[in-house]
This record gives sequence, structure tokens and C-alpha cells, in this order.
Amino acid sequence: MNNNIRLKIEGVEKSFPGVKALDNINFSVKPGTVHVLCGENGAGKSTLMKIINGIYKADKGKIYIDGEEVNVKNPQHARDLGVSMIFQELNYIPEMTIEENLFVGNLPKTKFRTVDWNLIRKKTLKLLADEGLNYNPTTRLCELSVSDIQMLEILKAVSYESKIIIMDEPTSAITYKETERLFEKIAQLKARGTSIIYISHKMDEIFKIADEITILRDGTVIETHDKDDIDINTVIKLMVGRELSDEFPKEEVKIGNTMLEVNGLTRQGVFHDVNFKVKRGEIIGFAGLMGAGRTEVMRCLFGLDEISSGSIKINQQPVNIRNVRDAIKNGLAMLSEDRRRFGIIPIRSVRENATLANLPEFFYSGRLHRNKENSVTARMCKNMNVKTPTYETTIQALSGGNQQKVVLAKWMICDPDILILDEPTRGIDVGAKYEIYKLMVSLVKEGKTLIMISSELPELIGMCDRMYVMAKGEITGELQRDEFTQEAIMKYATGFEKQEANSCE
Amino acid sequence: MNNSGLGIWSTLTRRYSIILVLAFLIILCAVLNDNFLSARNLTNVSRQISVTTILAFGETILIICGMLDLSSGSVLALAGVLSVSAYKGTESMAIAIAVAIAVAVICNIINGILITLLKAPPFIATLSMLAMARGAALFYTHGQNIYQIGGYKILGQGSVIGIPIPILFLAATMVVTWYILKHTCFGRSLYAIGGNEEAANASGINVDWNKMLAFIINGVFVGIAGVLFMSRVNAGLPNGAVGFEFQALTSSIIGGTSFSGGIGTAGGTLAGAFIVGFLNNIMNLANINSYIQQIIRGAIIALAVVYDIWSKNRRTRSVIGAIKESSK
Repeated sequence: MNNNIRLKIEGVEKSFPGVKALDNINFSVKPGTVHVLCGENGAGKSTLMKIINGIYKADKGKIYIDGEEVNVKNPQHARDLGVSMIFQELNYIPEMTIEENLFVGNLPKTKFRTVDWNLIRKKTLKLLADEGLNYNPTTRLCELSVSDIQMLEILKAVSYESKIIIMDEPTSAITYKETERLFEKIAQLKARGTSIIYISHKMDEIFKIADEITILRDGTVIETHDKDDIDINTVIKLMVGRELSDEFPKEEVKIGNTMLEVNGLTRQGVFHDVNFKVKRGEIIGFAGLMGAGRTEVMRCLFGLDEISSGSIKINQQPVNIRNVRDAIKNGLAMLSEDRRRFGIIPIRSVRENATLANLPEFFYSGRLHRNKENSVTARMCKNMNVKTPTYETTIQALSGGNQQKVVLAKWMICDPDILILDEPTRGIDVGAKYEIYKLMVSLVKEGKTLIMISSELPELIGMCDRMYVMAKGEITGELQRDEFTQEAIMKYATGFEKQEANSCE
Repeated sequence: MNNSGLGIWSTLTRRYSIILVLAFLIILCAVLNDNFLSARNLTNVSRQISVTTILAFGETILIICGMLDLSSGSVLALAGVLSVSAYKGTESMAIAIAVAIAVAVICNIINGILITLLKAPPFIATLSMLAMARGAALFYTHGQNIYQIGGYKILGQGSVIGIPIPILFLAATMVVTWYILKHTCFGRSLYAIGGNEEAANASGINVDWNKMLAFIINGVFVGIAGVLFMSRVNAGLPNGAVGFEFQALTSSIIGGTSFSGGIGTAGGTLAGAFIVGFLNNIMNLANINSYIQQIIRGAIIALAVVYDIWSKNRRTRSVIGAIKESSK
């Protein structure tokens, strides 16, 4: 290779019925570099990547790999050309073993046309050894973590001798530690001359690994920069196309009496002796690594799982929460971390999703009051700034951020006193994130109590008044706002250090 | 950018395509056979489909919330023969109907318990009920048909102001189903459960109770269908109504109820039932071999399911593609 460009995109355009998704896209990726693509949801990042990977066909424009024009027909063809893509949502068969997964769709055959398992084992062991990964080829994927499976996807890409690896938000579901491991792997790949196209919403991470950053907005390339020539605020400004006054619109709010008090909450084998207090007007953060038990505690609090022991007091009154209905009656609401699984009914309308948690309010003596339902839905969706063609549109047609706002609207209709937000900004773009932060502030101003779980430390540090840190199913520390630092949080989150239980008072 | 048209258009085509198919079929049948549009023939078809259509309304309610009932034909037979023998003992139609409904509801409560409390998959739970109820019907009657059932036949064969009684029941169950699905909290919950059970639960909907209620209503419908069937054939047939659940499922699916749950309407099911009924009718009028008829009926189910999947994909692709890329 004497030219210094691995992948070149020239004048690519793509339209969907009624929309121009990509318009005159030009950008290029150098060998052995990490090229980060930034942009809000819907800016066209995924569409562009799907064109490079052969899933979509461009209406116009050219793609060059190592200076040669290519016409990518399908993902298989892309792989032959040296392009591999690691999707945000990993598709795999949980019952499959590691070696099966690596060769599925491409199984080597013996001369009798049967699968050559010996060869597979040999190749797998070699690949694992070469990459320094310590896995057993016969481990089933369901026994592995998301990050392990991601590593295997990378291994797959390596086994195809890919020159270009596209990673679509690879860190959205893995922990800090695992992210570190991923970045090490990326560095290794880079050193070997592999080009990485990296899509992410996480600014700190982008600046850690990028060599070049390209910003997309509304289907066009806004700018491409060397990492050193640009800073976070500029990137955000370019992505959003407007200035966000401040990344976190935190305001001081008067703190009231204790709303929620949890004592000795235990769920056998999941978390143990959890104690915390939340006051009116507070935003309380729960930090910790994935699997620390944060979501599990909140699920019990919200009646989704049973507790083994412990007590919950709301407004100084002991309450008994056996199911979600009890929780809602006691003024609780919970926005789940897994929106598709616990948040929305994909095939039903925005209206039906918005009123789901509060149905009896719209049915008078068993009969639907349609006008009331329409007007409440419209009012709430306007408050949340939901962008949807109509309220009868199925919710699955909306972008992630708008779906999240509808789910929030659903809980707002219940008018809860205590709102639990589990990863409220996961997978949504900067603009929608900001709107959710603003909403959080306006809620605590109304005297509500917020509990926020997040894996993004900057967000916790920016928004919370107080923070609990969990590790291995226990609360290991409590931090006041002036004590928030990434180091302090990580110290407790990794379980190196633990405060004495009574110092929480 | 005007995307709102897309969403509405796809809902419209989805909602009314079934009516278009029905209208097309009616015109086709009318052209093919002069007798087709006669009041007598149309009343006949309605009467013929009434029993399976009542079952189909029950199936629609169940499929919408992500379940189904394979046992409805067998439970119908069990409820029917017990009802007939109750009538022979008491001469009271009221008791006979009450027995039929009670028996069918009990069988359906067992289905419901298996599915909600014991977490059995609906397919397996109702498959086992299919065998159990049929066995119970045969055991109770020693495999013999019950004849000389006297006044019991009125319900199946009589009419009120010129309208056959089965058709009145058909209309009543249709209205009940429509009202439940469209206007009640329970109906809305069914759609939510079928659309995403975990999200419905996390929104405070009592999933198990709603499923149980769906089975109870299905039971009431099956009981009514049992009385109508036995009185129409003028006997208590423990071996009757075999395969009725498949006709009912066919009507429901052709009527646009999505097998993956969360979508379906009473009107659609009625239209689906008439499509099946008219097809059978025209095939009979045209003297098509009854084995061939079975093949055609089977092929139509496949067609309906393929259409369901195809239209869903198309919708997802066009609407999601357009809205996602543009709404920013």
C-alpha cells in the first residue's frame, strides 16, 4: 500500500421513502487508526455503516478500499473485502459453544462432507492463543458476559483478516473494566495496521481512543478533525447544531423531609443488607459496576422481584410492596434500563403506551373515556417534547430518545412521589439526554424524589446531590456532592474500600 | 416532511384489507353462482359458521394476549353432552345452559391455572386439555351418542322474528368481544400483555389475573357454542366438534389477529369467519371434492400468516425507515 487511505467514501447518498438519510457523504479512514463517528441518533451513522457493510445499497456515490473502487453486495461480500462490523446489539445463539460461534456459517468440511470438528478445534485454539484470550473452546456463550462475547466478535473479525472493523457503540452494555480491556484490544489491532471505525455517544471515551473524529448531522458530514484539534464542547455543538448552555442543567433545590427509607434490604444471593435514605427534592445516584446489584435493589423496591428480608418506609410509614401495583399505589415509578424489554409495547400506539400504567383513570365504570385519554396523552407528550407524527403511530417507529420520553410520560401521568431512573439516557442522543436532565431538575423542583442509576459517571457527578456506591451486592460507600470524583467512586465501586455502615448517617 | 401519511396509510390498509378481501370474495361468489346471494343461502352460511365463529371470538381474545386454546372443540363436546344430559334429567333449558357454561368455564380455569400459576406454555396446556376433555366426554357417555333430546333442539334450530337463534348468539358474542377489546381496561390490558408481557407487568398490569379472565370469557363462549352445536345436530355427540378449534383459529388469523400477540379485533375475526364460511359455501356449491377443500383451507391459513408477517415487515421497514431517519 503506498497510498495512505484505507477506506474512502465519496459522494454517497441514500434515500428512504420520503427522506434523504444521507446526502453527499465524503470521508476517509487511514490504516492503523481509530476513526470515530459522532452524531445524534438519526444523523445517519448507522445507515452509512450499513452501506459500507453491504446491508443497504447507496443510491449514489463510490466506496474505495485501498484505492480500489468496490461495490459491496452483502455483508458476506464485505467480509471478503476485509470489512467486519460488530453490531451494538450482538446477535448470537446462547446455546452455541465458542468454537461453533466462531465458525458458524463457515464450517470447514471433511472429505465426507461432514463438519471437520478437529480442524475447528485446532483453529480456535490457535486464534485464542494468538490473541491472548483465555477461553475454553467448548464454553457455551450463555455462560459468558456481554464483554466476552464482544471479544469473540472481534476474534471473528480477526479470523477473517479484516482490514476495517466497524464497532457500533461497543461499550453501551459493558463495564469500565471491560471497556479498558476493549481499548487495549483496539490498540493491538491498530498496531497491526487494522482500521477501526468507532461509533459512540460517550464523549470521554471518544477522546480517549480517537485518532480522527468525523461529525455527522442530518445525513451530512459536518466536519472531520484530528482529535487534538477539537474539544468535547465543540463536538457536542457540532453534533447538536446548537449550543447546549451546559452539559448538565443542575440547579439547587430545597431538600425536604425523608421520603424513602430502606433498611436491611436483602435478596438472597443477589444483594445484602442494603440501607439508604432519600429526601424530598433530592436526586440520589447509584453508582457501581455492572452486576453490582443496583438494578436488582430497585427492582425489589418496585415490586418486580421479591425481597428475602428488610423493610421499606415511605413517608415514615412502613409499606409492604409485593408487586408493581403496590409500588405504584405507594407513589413509586420506575424507568427501566432495558426499554425494549420492560418499557414499551412495541406494536401498540404512543397513546396506549403513554396511558398504560394508569389505565383505570381512563376507564369510568368499565368504559373507556377516549377524549380524556387523548388530551392527557397530548399534554404529557408535549411536556416531554415527544416528536411523533401522530399519537396513533406505533411506538416502535419512534427513535430511542422519543420512545424514552413516552415511557417517562407514562410515569408522569401516574404523578409519582419517587421516581427511579435506571440508566435513563442509555442509547439516546445528546439532545434528548439534555431534555431528560432538564426534566429531572423540574421534577425535583416540584418536590419529587429521584433515584438515578447510571453507568456514566459524568452524568451521575453532574446531576446528583448525593450518591451511593455499590459493589458485589452491597453498598460500599456514600458520597456527598462535594466529594464526587471519579477516583472516589471507582474506589468504592471496585470494592477496594468500604465505609463503615453507620457512617452513612 | 410528511410522514404522518405513511403511518395512517399502513394502518388503513391493514384495517380494511380484510374487508376488501371479503367484498371481493362476495362478488366472485355471486358471479360464480346465482344462488349465492339468496337470503336463504346467506342465512345458511351464517348459521353454519355461528358455532365456530363464537369459538373464534374466544380465540381472538386469547391470541391477542399471547395465548391460544387448542381445547375448545373438545371442551365444547364435553360441555355439550353434559348439558344435553342435564336437560334430559331436568327438562330445564336454563339449567342445561348453566351446566354447559359452568363445565366449559371450569375447563378453562384449569387451562388458566396451568398457564399462569404453573407457567405451562399455552400450547401444551390446552393440548393436554384437548385430550382430557374429549376423554371425559367419551367416558361420561360410554362413547354413545345421546338421542331424543326433545325441546333442546329449539336453540339450534329455532328462530326469533325470522332470525335463527344461533345468529343472534353470534351477534351477541361479537358485541361482547368488541366491547371488551375496545372499551374496557381489561381489553386494553390484553393488548399490552400480548404486545410485551414484561413491560405490561412492569407498568403495573396484573398479567396473571387478566390471562385468567381471558380464559374464563373463552369458557363462557365455548359453553354457549356447545349448547348451540348439540341442539343444531339434535343429539349429544361426544365425538362431535372435532377440529373446530382449527376453524376458529383460522377465522381469527384470517381476520388479522396476529399470532405473535397484541393485534386483533372482533370485527376482523367476524370478517375472517365469513371469508372461511363463504369459501366453504362456494366450494360446496361448485361441487369441489371435499378432500381438495381441505387442502385449500390449509393453504389459506398459510396465506393469511404469510400476509401477516409480510405486512408487518413492510410496515416496520417503511415507517421505521422513514420516521427514524427524518424525525430529528
